Amino acid sequence: MASHSDIPNRAGSQRRRAKEAEAEAAGAEKYSVLLPTYNERENLPLIVWLLVKSFEESGNNCEIIVIDDGSPDGTQEVAKQLEKIYGSDKILLRPRAKKLGLGTAYIHGIQHATGNFIIIMDADLSHHPKFIPEFIRKQKEGNFDIVCGTRYRGNGGVYGWDLKRKIISRGANLFTQILLRPGVSDLTGSFRLYRKEVLQKLMEKCVSKGYVFQMEMIVRARQLNFTIGEVPISFVDRVYGESKLGGNEIVSFLKGLLTLFATT
Amino acid sequence: MTRLEKWMSTLLVLMLIWLCLVQDLLNLGYSKKFHDVILSLPVYLLVTAGSYLLGTLGFRLANFNDCEEAAQELFMQIQEAQADLSSKGLIL
Repeated sequence: MASHSDIPNRAGSQRRRAKEAEAEAAGAEKYSVLLPTYNERENLPLIVWLLVKSFEESGNNCEIIVIDDGSPDGTQEVAKQLEKIYGSDKILLRPRAKKLGLGTAYIHGIQHATGNFIIIMDADLSHHPKFIPEFIRKQKEGNFDIVCGTRYRGNGGVYGWDLKRKIISRGANLFTQILLRPGVSDLTGSFRLYRKEVLQKLMEKCVSKGYVFQMEMIVRARQLNFTIGEVPISFVDRVYGESKLGGNEIVSFLKGLLTLFATT
Repeated sequence: MTRLEKWMSTLLVLMLIWLCLVQDLLNLGYSKKFHDVILSLPVYLLVTAGSYLLGTLGFRLANFNDCEEAAQELFMQIQEAQADLSSKGLIL
């Protein structure tokens, strides 16, 4: 077993602080990846493995914050094993007692993040960590406050969607583009990089849930004159587990969209 | 001004201009043929906008990439990850 496992917590955090100071002295950035999970027992080790690999290859400094909302399937037990394998300076477990939603998971995660940039993504493997170096490159290129992954531009795309799903997605996107004119091609995507203080500020302003939450983040970001860059991503729909897009999702999306349309 | 207000005010202005033309408030005294065209202008506009939107949607749908290779790559990496993780002592 990895030697990290028997280093006490305090030594771990001291070491982390030392490393942070080192990175700061070198002028390097640190990226905190927030992974909200609920019943992701199978996916969590895989996404963590891919994240570690991607960050090792690109040489960027990172930490992975797992925010599990009391999954009954043993996600936290798997997360503890991962913490032992990769070390408690790389994998931070910050669970919550019960399912409290995505927005508050981000707030919770930011509080524990030591990086100056935050990356949010889904833990279900639909977002591939190989794009993170591109996000980072894009951010540096334009000194952007936010970098959004987009399925709708360039080499971006999806895998595992039938025609109906594609029509709904493209239709909803077109409708949103007309009503909100956000200047960002993928408003409902949740694979993004934020400057930490920018995400903090946006979290204070955003109130909606689900797909609309991601959309509201961009709309508010525009209001506050934050700069946004885009990187094409491929979205591979859930390998394990069910992906859901029902009538309820569509209705709440429309409600949220019209609310934003009428109030911003 | 919210987006809704912007849309409403733009629509209102357009409607007022159209009503002026229909009622010929500026006394331009144009022919009946021209008057008919003005009357049906909103319909033309709606049809044009609708077709443009449908065309855009169709074009974007046709150009929506299917990421076969990305999925293949991911499946390969999942197997690699599973092997590596179990060699590191992960028990699922």
